Amino acid sequence: MTKILRRIIGAVPVLLGISFLVFLLMHLAPGDPVTLLLGDDATPADVARVRSEWGLDQPLLVQYWQFISRALVGDFGRSIKFGEPVIKLVFERLPATIELATTSLLVAILISIPIGVYSAMKRDTLIDHAGTGLALIGVSLPNFWLGIMLIYFLGGQWNLLPVAGRIEYGIDIKPITKLYLVDSVLTGNLAGFWSTIKHLLMPAITLGTALAAIVTRITRSSVLEVMRQEYVMTARAKGLSERVVIWRHILRNALITVITILGLQLGALLNGSVITETVFSYPGIGDLLIQSISVRDYRLTQVLILFFGAIYFIVNMLVDILYTLVDPRIKL
Amino acid sequence: MLRFRHLKVLMGGCILVGLVICGLTAPLLAPFDPQEQRLEARLQAPSWVGGSATSNWLGTDNLGRDILSRIIYGSRISLLVGATTVILAGIVGCLLGALAGYFGAGTDEVIGKVTEIFLAFPFLLLAIALMAFLGQGVINIIIALMMSRWVQYCRVVRGEVLSLKQRDFVTAAKALGGKDFYVLLRHVLPNTLASVTVVATFAMAIVIISEASLSFLGLGVPAHIPTWGSMLSEGRSYMNRAPWLTIFPGLAIFITVFGINLLGDGLRDIFDPKLRRQ
Repeated sequence: MTKILRRIIGAVPVLLGISFLVFLLMHLAPGDPVTLLLGDDATPADVARVRSEWGLDQPLLVQYWQFISRALVGDFGRSIKFGEPVIKLVFERLPATIELATTSLLVAILISIPIGVYSAMKRDTLIDHAGTGLALIGVSLPNFWLGIMLIYFLGGQWNLLPVAGRIEYGIDIKPITKLYLVDSVLTGNLAGFWSTIKHLLMPAITLGTALAAIVTRITRSSVLEVMRQEYVMTARAKGLSERVVIWRHILRNALITVITILGLQLGALLNGSVITETVFSYPGIGDLLIQSISVRDYRLTQVLILFFGAIYFIVNMLVDILYTLVDPRIKL
Repeated sequence: MLRFRHLKVLMGGCILVGLVICGLTAPLLAPFDPQEQRLEARLQAPSWVGGSATSNWLGTDNLGRDILSRIIYGSRISLLVGATTVILAGIVGCLLGALAGYFGAGTDEVIGKVTEIFLAFPFLLLAIALMAFLGQGVINIIIALMMSRWVQYCRVVRGEVLSLKQRDFVTAAKALGGKDFYVLLRHVLPNTLASVTVVATFAMAIVIISEASLSFLGLGVPAHIPTWGSMLSEGRSYMNRAPWLTIFPGLAIFITVFGINLLGDGLRDIFDPKLRRQ
């Protein structure tokens, strides 16, 4: 327990470091952010007003302190583009990204685990080479291209799936959790559920493919590793059927590693969500980030990046800690 | 007998060499000037598609520019950004990793914390963030990708150095009066080369895809320089009328990254004796 506590305390300087890096980003921008923001025709009085409003006339460390102390109470200021509190915008968009990331994870698991296991079972055969080859293709496919190709074929040529957005225009889902799939189930809204699934499918495949490729390889090597263990040999020597050996002894043990790796792959999903959401005009925080960059809404950009960094770091830490609780052989 | 891993290295190597040749001899290989606009021949289908009236192998874009020539010239940016980033990130990452592993204690602690901060950002997001604030440009893209990539080298080299410094040849070098930095640079670091090569190969693939992603998002190099990512991004608007605008640049990225990943995979299999036993 003390080790876990120490780990959490150790995270504080890292989180501070992340926030400092993000804070410094604003000062990297060429030119004066205020002039950039207000345009060339802004009066000096306007510039001075915004400058003092943002505290940009203070020394750097004072500015950082103000940034941190406001951030700690959830005050991240207002977005210039949308005119709303930044934190509100982030939380409005977050459910869409969570829904997309979870569906992509599911798609990745459904594709990768069977291929990985089968590849390992048939090691060094043509099937194995095909499986690992597929995985290599998966990591090499740029996801924005895959997304565009899906839009072209499934959306344009064959007209099977909608190409943008989160739900069909005109269908309303009563917001409870703001996760459309969950809300539509809770309210028994079948049309909403179906429409959400249709809108999620292509982005989820786009985002899930690279992850599926990584997980296929990890599953394969993890199954191979477990197959060499003595307890598997013992199970076979006891005369257990091959099916029982595979399901109860090999898969159960191999999948512990795979599940942990899935947790740690959240970063890949966050990375991909920015591109995937842009390609499909999917209203999540990745899309919001690119929008904020294109209109130079620096404050919003800064907070979104801080948000991505902090989430990613905290989730990774939690996965690490959970892993030690589940498997006592691992030490932090 | 030619083993599967050797075949992978051979195939991957050929694709990479192909890319290098393509980039270096672009003016000789490209059938047209990549910037030359011929509005009368805009959005022409590839010449081998039935009914096409042009001699452009891969068709033309919305300004009548030759797609094949732009793809050939686009390889230059991929190659330049890929190679420079991998080398620079390699130098920074290897040095810091070596210092952390060799000297341990406080040095390791500080470098470890900095590494953790950089690792806290998903790789591409950090690059996107930096580009958002640095602005477009080849140098900026190299800086952004380098800043987000050096950490991988650092971690691998640190781990290697930690185990290498316990070895007899390092003790011997020290016993002969070798200074710390001399031993580190002359004896320890060269022994990490195999792992670093593997890391660098995979890094090259990731950097090329990332550069294309940044260009696709409009955060890469300025619009007038042809890159695979920006070609894809421009072509999107004409997807239904002229799908070749997006199909071919995407294929170019895919084949390049696939080749480099294949090379990395093969090299790892060759260098990692543990894997070889499997």
